[in-house]
Amino acid sequence: MDARSRYLRSLVIDALEGGGRGHVGSTLSLIEIVRVLYDDVLRVRPDDPAWPDRDRFILSKGHGCLALYAVLADKGFFPVEALKEQCRPGAMLGGHPQRGHTPGVEASTGALGHGLALGVGMALAARLQRRPSRTFVVMGDGELDEGSVWEAAMAASKHRLDNLVALVDYNKLQSYGSVAEVLDLEPLADKWRSFGFAVAEVDGHDVNGLRNRLTALPFESGRPSMLICHTVKGKGLDFAEGQALWHHKARIEAPDVARMRQALETAR
Amino acid sequence: MRQTALAMVHELARRDPRVLFIGSDLSPGVLKGMKEEMPERFFMEGVSEAYVIGMAAGMAMDGFIPYINTIATFLTRRCLEQICIDACLENLPLRLIASGGGLVYAPLGPTHLATDDIALLRPLPNMAIVAPSDAEEMRRLMEASLTWDGPLYIRLGKGGDPVVSRADAGFAIGRAILMRPANRVLIVSTGVMTSRALAAADLLDTIGCGVLHMHTIKPLDTEGLLTAAAGAELVVTLEEHTRIGGLGSAVVEALSDAGCLKPVLRLGLPDRFPEGYGSQDHLLELAGLQPPQVADAIHKALNR
Ligand SMILES: Cc1ncc(C[n+]2csc(CCOP(=O)(O)OP(=O)(O)O)c2C)c(N)n1
Ligand SMILES: [Mg+2]
Repeated sequence: MDARSRYLRSLVIDALEGGGRGHVGSTLSLIEIVRVLYDDVLRVRPDDPAWPDRDRFILSKGHGCLALYAVLADKGFFPVEALKEQCRPGAMLGGHPQRGHTPGVEASTGALGHGLALGVGMALAARLQRRPSRTFVVMGDGELDEGSVWEAAMAASKHRLDNLVALVDYNKLQSYGSVAEVLDLEPLADKWRSFGFAVAEVDGHDVNGLRNRLTALPFESGRPSMLICHTVKGKGLDFAEGQALWHHKARIEAPDVARMRQALETAR
Repeated sequence: MRQTALAMVHELARRDPRVLFIGSDLSPGVLKGMKEEMPERFFMEGVSEAYVIGMAAGMAMDGFIPYINTIATFLTRRCLEQICIDACLENLPLRLIASGGGLVYAPLGPTHLATDDIALLRPLPNMAIVAPSDAEEMRRLMEASLTWDGPLYIRLGKGGDPVVSRADAGFAIGRAILMRPANRVLIVSTGVMTSRALAAADLLDTIGCGVLHMHTIKPLDTEGLLTAAAGAELVVTLEEHTRIGGLGSAVVEALSDAGCLKPVLRLGLPDRFPEGYGSQDHLLELAGLQPPQVADAIHKALNR
């Protein structure tokens, strides 16, 4: 793990400490995906978050918001100090992203299964308004259980939205346990292909791999793109990696934070 | 409350082979004992609430009694049509155990706050809606749930809520419990707000403030309401829910229909999405629903 990925994770730990709670595992599997998008892919302006021609990013798995907040803060959409206030009374940052409440947040998510339909709408709007904006939607693998995802998928293909890029944070875990056990998604790439997407797969923690894929868009002209990112839930904290119990923690105290900081130092 | 409700599902399943448990991607280890003991009647389905209600209704059509649990907002908004058509139209015995009614998930923001669940379900024919005050009452409700005819919505509090219910008061779905007789004022409350109603009544000792615990919002105990409110000059409703369509609305409708309308102070959440995160207590305070604020509001209403 390079210094930047480690730094962004340290911001997440700051937020977990400040708010005393958060979706730990769900956030840590996402870091590299969000980092590469904001560092190398998305055309956005932190000093002008409403710039009409910007690319749109929707974190459909809104419970992973600490990854988004860490990157947005690092990019200057709001002060890094705000992270420490997350979830507190009157905070700018809540337990799920809220549009209009937090600069840089494009959609209020947290109820799973909404993001892709919103993304189809934004991609259609960009087409109608002849804007160069592209729309990126990150979903969880458990989130794909929702039927609304597949309704939107069929429509994205019908409308030939090659300005729409969907990504799955395929960390193989949902809330109760493994995706394979709760509701198996395989063959996942074939599913998306059969729904009309051009599909690629990547190691979701490999910064170069993500960059290569996400700077050669669309994968196929005339089709929406789907990037399946193979990830590890809880990535960077050895005791949390692959552990369903680290999906969410409603109470995070000083010793937990110390253990996280220590684990992050030695993370590979 | 949730622990008690789920433990009771296991107990009821031991007693009655028609009882099932269905979760929608809940936390790890939920009802582990039941899963081990009767794996064929324990279902952990994906994040797919609309499907879960339809599937439960299908099983109920063939004689099962499904107890379904997930977060209150997702158990109402997402699958409202399935609840209406598949469960209510057929009057099937689905039991919807809704985690985090009201403002329980305050830090998680508006997507997770069930501030409109009662209003969404109340107009659906055949639907019964119950919000127990504490874990002890939850146990009594779950006992009663087994034989209830038709769909039943069970609204949970945060857990660890102070116990104010009493065994000697008995429990029946649809029968309100008079916790304290009214003099000038009667507070009608539901769910965990009943403990706050009692605390507010303590502060109003000199006025003589009664408390009627309306654990069942539908079917509403109109007779119990009219009797308890008979001598009072002011009725106050108190709920952790939007002021539109919940307990307050039901009480005013009942008083009006009976030709007994009198001044009613409806205390609940304002008609906007909750802002501010923090905690359930924090958001209740912003809405003016903590006991000293309730007592103040009642004073003002009496002196108007
Ligand atoms: C509609 C809806 N149902 C249920 C939930 C509760 N919930 C939050 S996260 C989660 C599991 C999501 O799993 P996944 O999409 O795999 O996310 P990740 O592994 O990245 O945490 C569930 C069921 C929700 N937020 N929205
Ligand atoms: Mg997952």
